[in-house]
Amino acid sequence: MKTILQVAVVAIWACMLSPGRVEAADRINGAGASFPFPVYSAWAYDYNKATGVQVNYQSIGSGGGIRQITERTVHFGASDAPLQPEQIAKGKLLQFPAVIGGVVIVVNIAGLKSGALRLDADTVAKIFLGEIKYWDDGKIKSQNPTLKLSHDQITVVHRSDGSGTTAVFTEYLNGVSPEWKAKVGAGTAVKWPVGIGAKGNEGVANYVQRTANSAGYVEFAYAEQNKLTYTLLKNAAGTFVGPSFDTFEDAAATGTFDPKNHFYLWLLNAPGKNAWPIAGATFILLAREKTDANRKVVAFYDWAFRNGDRKAKELVYVPLPTSLKDRIRAYWKASGIQ
Amino acid sequence: MAVTVKRNPGDVIFLSITAVAACTVIVFIIGILFVLIKESSLAIDKFGVIDFLISTDWDPVKESFGALTSIYGTVVTTALSLVMAIPVALGIAVFVTEVSPNFLKGPIGIAIELLAAIPSIIYGMWGLFTLSPIMGNTIEPFLKSATADIPWVNVLFQGTPMGIDILTASIILSIMIVPFTASIARDAFNLTPDVVKESAYALGATKWEVIKNIVFPYSKLGVFGGILFSLGRALGETMAVAFVLGNKHQIFTSLFDSAATITVTLANEFTEADKDVYLASLFYLALVLFVMSFVFLAAAKFLLLRADRRYAR
Repeated sequence: MKTILQVAVVAIWACMLSPGRVEAADRINGAGASFPFPVYSAWAYDYNKATGVQVNYQSIGSGGGIRQITERTVHFGASDAPLQPEQIAKGKLLQFPAVIGGVVIVVNIAGLKSGALRLDADTVAKIFLGEIKYWDDGKIKSQNPTLKLSHDQITVVHRSDGSGTTAVFTEYLNGVSPEWKAKVGAGTAVKWPVGIGAKGNEGVANYVQRTANSAGYVEFAYAEQNKLTYTLLKNAAGTFVGPSFDTFEDAAATGTFDPKNHFYLWLLNAPGKNAWPIAGATFILLAREKTDANRKVVAFYDWAFRNGDRKAKELVYVPLPTSLKDRIRAYWKASGIQ
Repeated sequence: MAVTVKRNPGDVIFLSITAVAACTVIVFIIGILFVLIKESSLAIDKFGVIDFLISTDWDPVKESFGALTSIYGTVVTTALSLVMAIPVALGIAVFVTEVSPNFLKGPIGIAIELLAAIPSIIYGMWGLFTLSPIMGNTIEPFLKSATADIPWVNVLFQGTPMGIDILTASIILSIMIVPFTASIARDAFNLTPDVVKESAYALGATKWEVIKNIVFPYSKLGVFGGILFSLGRALGETMAVAFVLGNKHQIFTSLFDSAATITVTLANEFTEADKDVYLASLFYLALVLFVMSFVFLAAAKFLLLRADRRYAR
């Protein structure tokens, strides 16, 4: 009896102690946003093959990522929404963008092709406010004189769960519509005036596909993979653009990411002529005082910036433009972690 | 039992291990309650108890939170699912205990247990991809047109049938709780003493009369306890309904409306709750559910104990 107990105790201790000790040296733990999870894990897999370092990323949501890094339980956190410079200062954090994504408006109108329907920002806001109720509304018609739109009621589809996608989209509506700002506001979850809620990007994609005359918003990748009908949007320069790698890259290149503000920027209505108006970077958060861990994280992202663009594009993420990568490397150097 | 037993060391170790194991349950419950109260203290301070329970507002942007819409959604989906599940479950239990030939009892019992073993996420995906299109395209338009002229009833079937609503969620829930209710009801029916049943048959009672006058009265409390257990299960069910309920915080009147239950709200909003009050309010909702479940399950246990005491002499 006694010996069995002793063996058991020793075994339990061994299990608890050994993996931590051995692996702590070449393992990076991160947690946060679910949107970049596929690309981070693809990068992590390749990085592990190239260098032997393990990057373990858990997609627990941006809110969780921010909390985990603030409490210093992970080596890096990830958030779809940028933290304001004051929050960065308060949490003693560092912040830089890692990859770009964008939100596209998807619709289900019989016979309509992708990129055929043109919408300006105000129209989008009014649709999601429930003020434009029918597809043949005068405001939509005037922007699409050649399209034949029938008198069908619009069903708005939005996210039912809290999400970075919603944060980017509502932030966009906040910026373009004072009425939206007053009535609803921006955040990871908001009180939607109209519409039905669907869980996750895949949920919205599914509902829009299934519901005639619906309109929703999803991450670019989901519109692409599910072959959803997307609309053109009018950008800040006044041109109607469609979602593509080019228009996202133009947005990223003309957006004013400033290292002094820890790159705090909602990449909305970027000034570029071909810029897609609803883009957003997803961010990495580091604990400022943990220099050793930060060096390892930065080495990983530096490697990914160098070798990961192709992988990112395969997964329909937009890599950062070279100029921005250089600014981020300068930021790392200035912070003493590269 | 053990006063006169000679204590050997192995026994002592074994007994203390089981005692520790038993205590962990209590420690966990108290620990969870403590954490829920601690984490929600911010929201408790800000919104109070009564105001939080009766407020219908749920606005993360303005940081104004109330539980009533979630409680309402929870209670309505649970009640509806019970209404649909109980007749089926009792039917199964009666068939298995009283009617069915012996060779069928095994397969049906196994089928019920398999139904209970399906993970709730499977029900959720099945609900989203299979049931909800059927509901939205066929069943709900039919219900809408069939009830259009009946006053009061037509209120329940107003709006556009989307298949993503209270009705679909309640049906999924009812399928999930049928096995629980059925197996507890079966056990309760089996508690009826054979002697009494045989006496009734000897007096010339038909099968229906025996079930109605002997089995049902004998097992009333047990069955009721089983229903309350299923109710507890339906109250806490999350993933099965998270996909088809829409998580919309509103007081609804139509079964075609989207709604939110407490667990659906938690599952949908917990990960991205980025403000302290928001997170605290979600913990507060969890606390409300904890208390609700506790009350229901305590009532169920109490009834089952009374049933046992009365009949299992």
